[in-house]
Amino acid sequence: MQLTIHEAQQLLRNKKLSSLELTKACLERIRQVEPKVHALVTVTDELALSQAQKADRLIAKGDAHPLGGIPVVIKDNMCTKGVRTTCSSRMLENFVPPYEATVVEKLNSCGAIILGKANMDEFAMGSSTEHSAFFTTHNPWELSRVPGGSSGGSAVAVAAGETIYALGSDTGGSIRQPAGFCSVTGLKPTYGRVSRYGLVAFASSLDQIGPLTKDVTDCAIVLNAIAGYDSRDSTSAPYPIPDYTQCLTTDIKGLRIGVPKEYFVAGMQAEVEEALRAAINKLKELGAKVEFGVSLPHTPHALAVYYIIAPSEASANLARYDGVKYGFSYQETDNMWEALEKTRQFGFGDEVKRRIMLGTYALSAGYYDAYYLKAQKVRTLIRREFDQAFEKYDALVTPTSPSVPFKIGEKIDDPLQMYLSDVFTIPVNIAGLPAITIPAGFGDGLPIGMQLIGKPFGEETILRVAYAYEQATEWHKKKPKI
Amino acid sequence: MKLSREEVQHIALLARLGVTETELERLREQLSNILENFQILQQVDTSDVPPTTQSVALQSVVRDDEVAPSLPPDDVLANAPQREGEFFRVKAVLE
Repeated sequence: MQLTIHEAQQLLRNKKLSSLELTKACLERIRQVEPKVHALVTVTDELALSQAQKADRLIAKGDAHPLGGIPVVIKDNMCTKGVRTTCSSRMLENFVPPYEATVVEKLNSCGAIILGKANMDEFAMGSSTEHSAFFTTHNPWELSRVPGGSSGGSAVAVAAGETIYALGSDTGGSIRQPAGFCSVTGLKPTYGRVSRYGLVAFASSLDQIGPLTKDVTDCAIVLNAIAGYDSRDSTSAPYPIPDYTQCLTTDIKGLRIGVPKEYFVAGMQAEVEEALRAAINKLKELGAKVEFGVSLPHTPHALAVYYIIAPSEASANLARYDGVKYGFSYQETDNMWEALEKTRQFGFGDEVKRRIMLGTYALSAGYYDAYYLKAQKVRTLIRREFDQAFEKYDALVTPTSPSVPFKIGEKIDDPLQMYLSDVFTIPVNIAGLPAITIPAGFGDGLPIGMQLIGKPFGEETILRVAYAYEQATEWHKKKPKI
Repeated sequence: MKLSREEVQHIALLARLGVTETELERLREQLSNILENFQILQQVDTSDVPPTTQSVALQSVVRDDEVAPSLPPDDVLANAPQREGEFFRVKAVLE
């Protein structure tokens, strides 16, 4: 089912297709390809079919929202009332939320059809979905390769045509890296643009929800639906939301685009560099004023900053999993402390434990100043560098990842190597900026993504550049043969 | 930057995370290696730099304290591993 949102919308409005037919087609596609890709933790057939019937009645009356009647897949770290929300963890394997996340509530009020919940790295910690406690998701472009992570299930569900679009979350690249690895479009909005209420917390100062779609137009349509202030998220930004579809023009003449030199370094795969250089030339041809030699000198420090701040926040956020209120609970003892320690020992997987330990260490007495506080100070320097760059440029362009999708198993035993696959996406979260990844080519048949970074709350500019590039190229139309 | 067994044990205790002997040794190696790589930050001069805790500078976010319905107790307790009436049941804290 390779329709985009805007194509499906047309067919629904012109009565060439009903939401029920569309939903059944997606569910059929899921049955077909799921045994190969393993993108979904839960499929909500019955819910989807009943939502589709309701949507068809609204469409018949002519008052459907642009997302009305259109199927979506939600990453399994966003609370869905009455539908289990596992974070791909044993800890939450049977957790059924008593409330909806704000984004889910918003999609429901648009009449969206929820097909199911997408696999991910446990608690969104990982870059390949190999850290899911249940199963690894496979890249539809080559099944022996990872789809990226942590929103790997969401990216694959879109790429393999199981859904029309998906929601993911991005703490250090978890929307953009899998989008790049699966040749779909993925947007991480500015921190505070989309409410985090009901998103299971990983690193609260970095987490942000965003869309994974088949093209840039769809990305704008979904952002319209999910963005906005929410009194239930104290970090939600109280700024007005534009109509993001209005900025989609192919005219980018005179826009100033910077290419930061620290993002073209040794160790990057030759195919990726080649594809990016060609994409940058395309932006020039389209009339953008592209300048090389922009410098963001603290870029090499971003990885360390991230892997101190994110685990520190995670160690505090994950303290709530104590086996008392919900989730896995070790019962084979009467001792409170033993129950607590065993609950966490058996409920969490290796990567989650590693990050809890790392964060606890960085926050502990005697190390706080050297690690956590130091990282927060370097975070300030990274933000300032971006601020300075955006005085001269409207957008920055970089590769999304230094390589094409790697093999399943290749980096699983070396956490540091795994962390390095996020090296180009992490600085964006540290500075709270918006960034979009779009398909920009292939190396040996494997997807390569281009990342466009914007000013805070400057989603319109990066959507516009992404749209102009997309309309001038054919990459987004290529689909995996599966 | 090599962590000792005792240090790793101490962190696990602070995090209330049960770890096996094998896990302890593996964590000791992996964490040491990761922390070693983070030494790169010590080269950065941050003498007059304030820390960033959050990237969007919002100050004193408060909302009106309005009365609104809470979730019904049965909904909240539905996921409880052990419940007793309208309460979460916990292990004895004081023996």
